[in-house]
Amino acid sequence: MCVAVPVEIIEIQENEAVVNYGGVKKLVNISLLEDVKVGDYVLLHAGCALYKIDEEEAMKTLALFQEILECNEG
Amino acid sequence: MKYLNQMRDINLIKGMLEKVVLKSKTQVNIMEVCGTHTMAIFKSGIRELLPPTIKLISGPGCPVCVTPQSYIDTAIMLSKRKDVIITTFGDMMRVPGSESSLQREKALGGNVKVVFSPLDAVRIAKENPQYNVVFLAIGFETTAPTVALSIEMAYKENIKNYSILSSIKTMPNTMKALVVDEEININGFICPGHVSTIIGEKPYGFLAKDYNIPAVIAGFETVDILMALYSLLEMLENGEYKVKNHYSRLVSYEGNKKAQEIINNVFETSDSNWRGIGKVEGTGLQLRNKYKDFNAVVKLDIVEAQEKPIKGCICGDIIKGKNNPLDCPYFAKTCTPINPIGACMVSEEGTCAAYYKYRGSST
Ligand code: SF4
Repeated sequence: MCVAVPVEIIEIQENEAVVNYGGVKKLVNISLLEDVKVGDYVLLHAGCALYKIDEEEAMKTLALFQEILECNEG
Repeated sequence: MKYLNQMRDINLIKGMLEKVVLKSKTQVNIMEVCGTHTMAIFKSGIRELLPPTIKLISGPGCPVCVTPQSYIDTAIMLSKRKDVIITTFGDMMRVPGSESSLQREKALGGNVKVVFSPLDAVRIAKENPQYNVVFLAIGFETTAPTVALSIEMAYKENIKNYSILSSIKTMPNTMKALVVDEEININGFICPGHVSTIIGEKPYGFLAKDYNIPAVIAGFETVDILMALYSLLEMLENGEYKVKNHYSRLVSYEGNKKAQEIINNVFETSDSNWRGIGKVEGTGLQLRNKYKDFNAVVKLDIVEAQEKPIKGCICGDIIKGKNNPLDCPYFAKTCTPINPIGACMVSEEGTCAAYYKYRGSST
């Protein structure tokens, strides 16, 4: 039940947004977030969006993985 | 979400696994606190590929599993009342109480509805003014803000027939209780990912500072988990105890402040009851006085059920990481996901259920 999933925001209506939930449109509460816009990916849990996924940070994490792989010591 | 494909690149995963294997020199015990991590670890198969020097211990992060027996019995008792509609997350339906389950009570005519969100429970309350709608509020910090939202919504809209039976728990103090338990001997933590989304990196600082235990906040991709292990091994090797955040795509230092605010408005810290463990200081949330009318126990004048532990089920020790399911004589014999004896076999995130599904043979 703790499972939280990333979903894409399709439409915003005040405190709620329509998201794409595995191909199905679903209305979720977005009042815990600031400045979300259509096209953003958010983490959805129990009917509420909890966080806006930061793709730039994801790329930084990937770069860190690469850096570790390329460093020679064990 | 382009990054996901790159994170799932097989060469990246292989390379990272090799790094972990090379880094592992002495015996270490690493706890993954969160049930979703337990599931992800089993699913990825890395458990079998790690060197025997790394022992992964599954922690208490499955909300259904840690909810005490007495709570389920109280919910079952309530479901028999004609003036009540019980609303719950689906996972709770099959958890065995001492004599029945919510699923069974529903089949026998009990008014039990599965909801996706506590906000749906508020809607049901609005539509059914003649009933008291009770939401079974279980979960950790991930779920707490949504429950708090439902309470604020009901308060503002003056919905008087909505209440919660609360058993919400919080993580940092729970981890502290595990650290001071010498029998468990944890050397490092993989912190719960989505709890951290809400509370941020900050509240784990004491682990490194006061107890010399490194902690890594990690995502749920295989490579995330391997990276967490690598970072923990590296910190242990260098005697450098820190909290590292490798899940910055979903976790910031401060967390989600708006969510924290609403939790603090509605709830205050309390002790909490854990399955098979009992009361643990400062590990729960209870409604503040302002919202006391939304506490089902007070509102519906409930006499809460007594704790009747299930004989032989060692869920409590499994939650604490002292034992694993293979130590339980019922595991995969009389206790299976279809016929669960304890809660840890019910939820997908439960340690017994994960062991059963993926047939983990090593510890
Ligand atoms: S296998 Fe079943 S009986 Fe044994 S600890 Fe797990 S849930 Fe309890």
